[in-house]
This record gives sequence, structure tokens and C-alpha cells, in this order.
Amino acid sequence: MWLAIKLAYRNLIGAGLRTWLNVLVLSFSFVVIIWLKGVMTGWDHQAKTDMTNYEIGGGQYWHEAYDPFDPLSLYDSHAPIPEAVRAEVQAGDMEPMLFLQGHIFPQGRMMPAIIKGIKPDQSIFKLPAASLDTVTDAIPAFIGAMMATSSRLEVGDRTTIRWRDANGTFDAAEILITAIFHSNVPSAEAAQVYIPLEKLWDISLLEGEATVLTFRDSEAERAELSGWVLKPKKLLTKSVDDMIKTKNAGQSVLYGILLLLAMLAIFDTQVLSIFRRQKEIGTYIALGYTRKEVVGLFTVEGTMHAVLAAVVSAAYGLPFLAWQARVGWTMPIDASQFGMAMAQTLYPVYSVGLVISTVLILTVTTAIVSYVPSRKIAKMSPTEALRGKLQ
Amino acid sequence: MHIIRIKNLTKRFPMGKGAFTALRNVSLNFAEGEFAGLIGPSGSGKTTLLNIIGSLDAPSDGSVEVLGQSIGALNAKEAARLRKENMGFIFQSYNLLQVHTVYENVEFPLLLLKFGADKRRKMVLDALEWVGLTDKEKSKPPQLSGGECQRVAIARAMVKRPAMVLADEPTANLDAANSHNILKTMEKLNRELKTTFVFATHDDKVINYLQRKIFLLDGRVDKDETIRPTTTGDHVARN
Ligand SMILES: Nc1ncnc2c1ncn2[C@@H]1O[C@H](COP(=O)(O)OP(=O)(O)OP(=O)(O)O)[C@@H](O)[C@H]1O
Ligand SMILES: [Mg+2]
Repeated sequence: MWLAIKLAYRNLIGAGLRTWLNVLVLSFSFVVIIWLKGVMTGWDHQAKTDMTNYEIGGGQYWHEAYDPFDPLSLYDSHAPIPEAVRAEVQAGDMEPMLFLQGHIFPQGRMMPAIIKGIKPDQSIFKLPAASLDTVTDAIPAFIGAMMATSSRLEVGDRTTIRWRDANGTFDAAEILITAIFHSNVPSAEAAQVYIPLEKLWDISLLEGEATVLTFRDSEAERAELSGWVLKPKKLLTKSVDDMIKTKNAGQSVLYGILLLLAMLAIFDTQVLSIFRRQKEIGTYIALGYTRKEVVGLFTVEGTMHAVLAAVVSAAYGLPFLAWQARVGWTMPIDASQFGMAMAQTLYPVYSVGLVISTVLILTVTTAIVSYVPSRKIAKMSPTEALRGKLQ
Repeated sequence: MHIIRIKNLTKRFPMGKGAFTALRNVSLNFAEGEFAGLIGPSGSGKTTLLNIIGSLDAPSDGSVEVLGQSIGALNAKEAARLRKENMGFIFQSYNLLQVHTVYENVEFPLLLLKFGADKRRKMVLDALEWVGLTDKEKSKPPQLSGGECQRVAIARAMVKRPAMVLADEPTANLDAANSHNILKTMEKLNRELKTTFVFATHDDKVINYLQRKIFLLDGRVDKDETIRPTTTGDHVARN
């Protein structure tokens, strides 16, 4: 084996350009696959962190009638904050929010919007709720960046909102935009206006009621609340998981193509080698190698491409990957246009397992791709190989 | 003592429905230290016979014993071992490993024998000295002349000091001066190391050096002449 490695190394280095081209293709696959996987993992992390920070905290109770995909459900999906959780709410470890279907009139246009009541002194979300704690004649309100774009509202702008109170009566009031937040979480931004909870209770005649209760701690055991549905964090982030899975499936095709390209290069080299190097194979046998040993040599030679590629990748790939992890990858187009939880800049996250498994998979695949054509050598008659006449 | 014993050897190659008989009923013995050649026109079976002696091919009929081992009965591994330990091959087209240096080419058989680094180094340098290529050890075959390549091939065949060297048309690509140089080198090694040489050739330049000439015709031994070598190693006929 040691001899095969030594000879394979001599042969590869001796082959020069051809070897380095293959090694480059392979090392490119190494780096791109690790980078892509890293971006996916980073995206996954980021999407979940953003969701936690801006929308779901450590998990939620939803009013049993609440359905985020049905705006009409908002008319019925509210109930008083249950007795059982009052203390938690008092302590600031649970935030009640009331959602109300309404409309907003930026520059005279009418847009449907969900009016969300949030406590200005809450500390579970990273939302700029504190900005609601101002003295103004209008109702202080903040919105997400997506909403700001679609409504063309800026901080300091005033506009009108309209809603229907508990009795079904329409009413309207002026709001003042006190802050705009960037969350990368479309479901926390699109078509939504956040105003102080007390104010919303006031104008909707739903004093003390809530649609969603968000708790801080995702680990603690949660009790059932009658009339409310427990939505643990895992369940709420499932959409992110599903999206990442879908994306991963898409990426797999890309890995497949990359892998195929690299393997094709190796396979091609191996097949060509076996035909071009028949005389050499015959020589090895005449000098006392068995055919099995020659097959071993060719397999090691092919596999060594992957080993060299790993070394080359380490040389330029590690700095590249480290640099990417630091500065992130900024998408050339506006990510908020995608309508999914995606930051403009993604920071790849790599794990040791990812690097090892990528190198291992590529090396094993290369070994197989190298071995398969080499088996032909075992069928070669040494005299014919020496004459170099095998077709 | 005969190191090669060939008895009633027949070699047939399958061809279409029937078979082509390349060697018919050949019986020959070679003693240790012989400098012998198989001579005959193209297609007379020289290479075929050399390949069978070299255990690269198996006899169809008859028996071939090399160093007491029956070629037909060896499995691939045993045959490889016989070649590795006792035989040196020299090919018409050199068959050097193109991407390896001269030194590495000559070292190759010693690597197969798993000799230690110091021993290998000494033996390779010895062999390069025999063929006068000490100054080319770092060159690669594509940078060498034909004569130099052939000398590397000889050094590679001789480096492990095998019991026998089988040389198939070793001078076919060489000019007269180079041929003579190489043959003189081989003659010297034959004398000094007692190595048995068996050539396959139809080149007059080689034939004139041979101590024994075996003429093949259509796969049969036509004539087998032994010429006594003079003490100086010079032969009767010389051009
Ligand atoms: N593998 C094979 N299959 C079929 N026929 C073969 C095979 N090898 C050799 N022969 C035939 O056997 C005969 C002898 O071939 P061989 O190569 O031994 O000749 P040779 O004396 O070495 O000739 P040359 O001087 O041209 O090298 C030739 O007619 C050749 O066509
Ligand atoms: Mg021949």
C-alpha cells in the first residue's frame, strides 16, 4: 500500500497539468459544497433567530379561533387573558398581543392591515415597542420595513387607520409612525401596524383581551389553557425548517452536478489512463507487479486526486470560507422581494462534521470512480498490454 | 545446471474458429550464464517464446521450467514473484515510466522487492555506473536519446542482479555505435555477474555478439549453434 501511494504520487506529480486540472475541479467542488451547505445552515440559524426575536419568542398560545391565513378569523379570535397566566404576564415573561383586522390609508390609498397591540415596555421581542411610549395627539405606531416599502411610509409620517370595534362599528384615527424595524421575518412585517396594546383595547372595546400570548422560555413545560392552542417553538419554526429542506433539495441538485462534473473528470482520466498507459501496465506486470496490484495502484492514483484536492482546498478554501463567515454573503438582489424569511446578508456557518463528511464523501466517491475503470486492467493479458494493442 | 528447460513446447493462439500455432514442439535448455539469442524472421515466434520463458504467457502444450518452477502451473501471484525476484526484461521500445526520473525508473524493481532506502540507493548508483548514466539520474525519459533510454532499460533490468535477462529486440531503435556500446555493456555484465541473457532479435549487430544462436523458423527450432567465446570476449565475426 505504501509503495502504491509512493508510486501513485510520482505518477500524478509527473503527469503535471492534467493532474492539477482535475485537482482544481475537485477542490472547487469541495469549497463550493462546503460553502453552500454553510450558507444554508447559516440561513437556517438566522431565520430561526429572527423569528424568535420578532415574532414567536419561546413559543405561543393562540386563541383557538385564530388562523393567520384567514384575516376574517380575527373578528372572533380574541379572549380575556386567562387567569392562569396573569402572573407570568405581570412578570413580563409573557406578552399578550391583540390582533385586529383593519385598514390603513397611506397617501389616500386604502390597504388592508392587521393592527397589532403590543405593550411598549415588553422585553420578549426585539420590536421597537419602546418607541410607542411617546406623548402625541395621534396614536403612536411602528411598522416593519416591508410595510414601509409597500405603503411608502417613513418615520414621522401620519396616516389614518380604520377598524371595526367589538360592536361592529367602524371608527378611524390618525397614527404617527414612530419607528420602522428590519426583521427579515415577512410574517411580522407585511401589512401590519403595531400600536400600544392599551390603546387598541380602548378603541376596539376589547379591554384585557388577546389573540396571541407569547412566552419567553422555550424549554419550560407548558400547561394546556382551555380556549387556547399551545404552539411550541418547534412547531412555529417548522415553516423555516420546511423551507430550508426545500432549499436543500434544490441545493442537492447543484451538489450532484458539481460532484458529477468532478467525478466525470476523474473517470475520464482513469479510462483514458488505462488505454493510454497499457504499455506501462504491461511493464509493471513484467517487472513483477500482479494485476491486482496494478489495479490498486490506479485506484490509489485516482483517489489521490481527492487527497490533493483537499490539500489545495485547505490552502485557498479555508481563508475564503473564514472570510465569508466573517463578512457574510450579500445577495445581489433585494432579499425582501422574495417574501420569505431571508436576510440580505447570509453568514455561513460550518461545522467540523460538514467539512469531514464532505471530504469523506468526495474521497470515497473518487475512489469508487477510480476503481471501476481500473478493474479492466485485471482482465488484461500482460503480453497484449505490453504490445499496447488492447482496444 | 540448466536454469531454463523447455520440453516439447507448443503455443497456440485462438484465431477465429481454429487456432494459430506460433510455436511447435520446441525443446531447448539454457545453462546459467549463457549469452544466447533467438534469431528468426518476423512472425517466427521469438517474442512468444520469450514471453513464455518470462511467465507472461502460458504454454499450450509441453513443459517450461524456469529456475525449477513450472511456468504452466504458476498462478498470477507466483508468476509475478518469479519475475520480480529473478527476471529482468528489456523491451524493444524501452517501456520506461515516462514521468519518473532515470533514477526512479532504475529504482522501481528494488521498490517492488521492498529493499531499504540505503541499499536501493547503492544498487541504483551501481547500475547507472554500469551503463554510464550517473550524470543523468535526474533526467526523465523524454529528455533522453534513444540510446540513453535503452541504457536506462538495461540498468533497470540489471539493477536487482537477476538470474536472467530477457531482451526482446533491444537494439531495434539504435544506431550501430549505440548498439555496440550497449551490447558491450551487456556482455560485461554477463561476464561479471554470471547473468543469463536471452535475446530475441533479427539484428545482425546483436547476432554477432551472441555465444549461442538459436534459429527459429515458423515456430520451430531450425538450428542451434554455440560459439565458444574467446577469453577477451571478442568474437569471430564483427562489423
Ligand atoms: N496474442 C496473439 N494472438 C494471435 N496470434 C498471435 C498472438 N501473439 C502472436 N501471435 C502470432 O504468432 C506468431 C509469432 O509471433 P511473435 O510475436 O512471437 O513473432 P516474432 O518472431 O517476435 O516476430 P517479430 O520479429 O516481428 O517481432 C505471429 O504470426 C503472430 O501473429
Ligand atoms: Mg517479436
